[in-house]
Amino acid sequence: MKIRVKEKEETSKAKVKETNLWKDALHRLMRNRMATIGGVIVIALCITAIFAPLVAPYAYDEGNFWNNYAKPGKEYWLGADFMGRDLLSRIIYGTRVSLSVGLMGATVSFVIGIIYGLIAGYAGGKVDNYMMRLVDIGYGVPTLLFIILLMVYFKSSFASIQPGTLGGMLSSIDNALGGMFFIFIGIGITSWLGMARLARGMTLSLKEKEFIETARAMGASNLRIISRHILPNIIGPCIISQTLTIPTYILYEAFLSFIGLGVNPPTPSWGMMISEGYQGMRSYPHLVLFPALALSITMFAFNFLGDGLRDALDPHMKL
Amino acid sequence: MFAYIIRRIFWAAIILLILSLVTFTLMHMIPGGPFDREKKLPSEIIANLEAYYHLDEPFWKQYLNYLGGILHFDLGPSFTSRSRTVNDIIRQQAPISAQLGLFAFFIAVALGIPLGILGALKQNTAIDYTCMWLAILGVSLPNMALGPFLIWIFGLKLGWLPIARWGGISHMILPAITLGTAYSAIIARLTRASMLQVIREDYIRTARAKGLSERIVMLHHALKNALIPVTTVLGPIFAIIITGSMIVEQIFAIPGIGKYFVTSVTNRDYPVIMGITLFFGALIVIANLVVDITYGFLDPRIRYE
Repeated sequence: MKIRVKEKEETSKAKVKETNLWKDALHRLMRNRMATIGGVIVIALCITAIFAPLVAPYAYDEGNFWNNYAKPGKEYWLGADFMGRDLLSRIIYGTRVSLSVGLMGATVSFVIGIIYGLIAGYAGGKVDNYMMRLVDIGYGVPTLLFIILLMVYFKSSFASIQPGTLGGMLSSIDNALGGMFFIFIGIGITSWLGMARLARGMTLSLKEKEFIETARAMGASNLRIISRHILPNIIGPCIISQTLTIPTYILYEAFLSFIGLGVNPPTPSWGMMISEGYQGMRSYPHLVLFPALALSITMFAFNFLGDGLRDALDPHMKL
Repeated sequence: MFAYIIRRIFWAAIILLILSLVTFTLMHMIPGGPFDREKKLPSEIIANLEAYYHLDEPFWKQYLNYLGGILHFDLGPSFTSRSRTVNDIIRQQAPISAQLGLFAFFIAVALGIPLGILGALKQNTAIDYTCMWLAILGVSLPNMALGPFLIWIFGLKLGWLPIARWGGISHMILPAITLGTAYSAIIARLTRASMLQVIREDYIRTARAKGLSERIVMLHHALKNALIPVTTVLGPIFAIIITGSMIVEQIFAIPGIGKYFVTSVTNRDYPVIMGITLFFGALIVIANLVVDITYGFLDPRIRYE
């Protein structure tokens, strides 16, 4: 709600009747039919992910060799894969992987980016200059190539590390999460640049404001000013901008799992299911088409919602 | 302008240097050597092999060696494909990917720009909404989903087009559409937005006031200027086409560089992974550089500080 301060300034400048930003945005969002549908699907996906064990008819790794490559039918609604595992259940559990990578990838890069941006913006001057130069260079490095390299490194080197060390600990966390942990880290390391720029820009403009000066005059420490006065004021827009990048991270996971750098089997990932199935497409198209459909619907939902959200929050953008 | 170009080239070189350092360090840090076998080789043989490939030298020296190789366009040997060096692999397989990429690019532009113009000219009508709806649809459809959909519909159900391999034009159509769709959607959205901005400019009003026909105003005055920002996505398109080619070539069994990259990732063939990463990285960085520089020539209003 802290953004209202900024919003008030803008609206009073434009001499428009003041309304609550969020209420207004929600209203505009609801009027956008595709965005509403997208939002409903996203909520449905979240519920599916949370209650996957209740929704799914089978366990994701429960194979039955008598039924491998079963066609869609009564027993297996969407058919079964090459190990006789129920496709529907695997797709349902795959929602968990996609959404958690989307969410955690966003969170990790959010935390890195916002801390980096806050430090750069608050310090200003030379420090800011050098820190942002680094971000500029990072922008030049192709994200996906970088993430592939990181994943090759993670996958190859942490597998053989002895337990007891830090690497061994990370590796066991990764195994417990079915290989998702390193994907979170990989996305976090490669995708924080935009967030850093945003946070830095807002911090720069905010730190000249009177209330920061007041806080400083009253003897507040730098840490306190950053955490109590600047962070609460920039966190809203930062969260929103990060939400808009979630579909990108979902796609990264699908891509990495497709090329064999993502989750570890038998953890179900849509990308991996597509890559497992496409070679047998002529005989068993359902093995590819249903996961592909799940991935597409998720991407539609997030993109339509994100698009609507952007329009709703920033009506000026819509020409 | 000249100083700007020099500075941009300098930064592009720095980025490539950093990319090579990161690539080399990461691949170097992975435990295990290329001569680890089930049956252990005698240590003398390993020592000899390492000496032959300069693997016994300190890290920085190995990196400098590698960097020296890159400067001579020599990316070293491949672990799994004994008869071919990384150079051979790129030389043989990159042209196929380039062909596919160009065709995809052509489809993207031929589809994206008209859609964007249509959307802008019929702003806020059903046509506009449909165009933009299609654009979001196109952006959302991942390569790995669109490819199988197209194969299923046009290859298996209708039987119109071949679904795999590489040969004539007919083999190129489905993969190129798969690869081009997302990009055409991006172009369409960008063209529409920039067209809408340009239409409101004063010089368009002037052109209309001079009594020029609407068609000439749109084509000569509006479109020309509206397309300038569109050139900026020509850099990112490289990234899209390259990364997309990894999946599309895999699905359609096209023997391009993207497919080989995925294979080498599966085989953990580190020199090939490094080599192709640097090759892709260089392409993307150079593409961005070229776009940035040409942008200035296209739009004289842009001043470089």
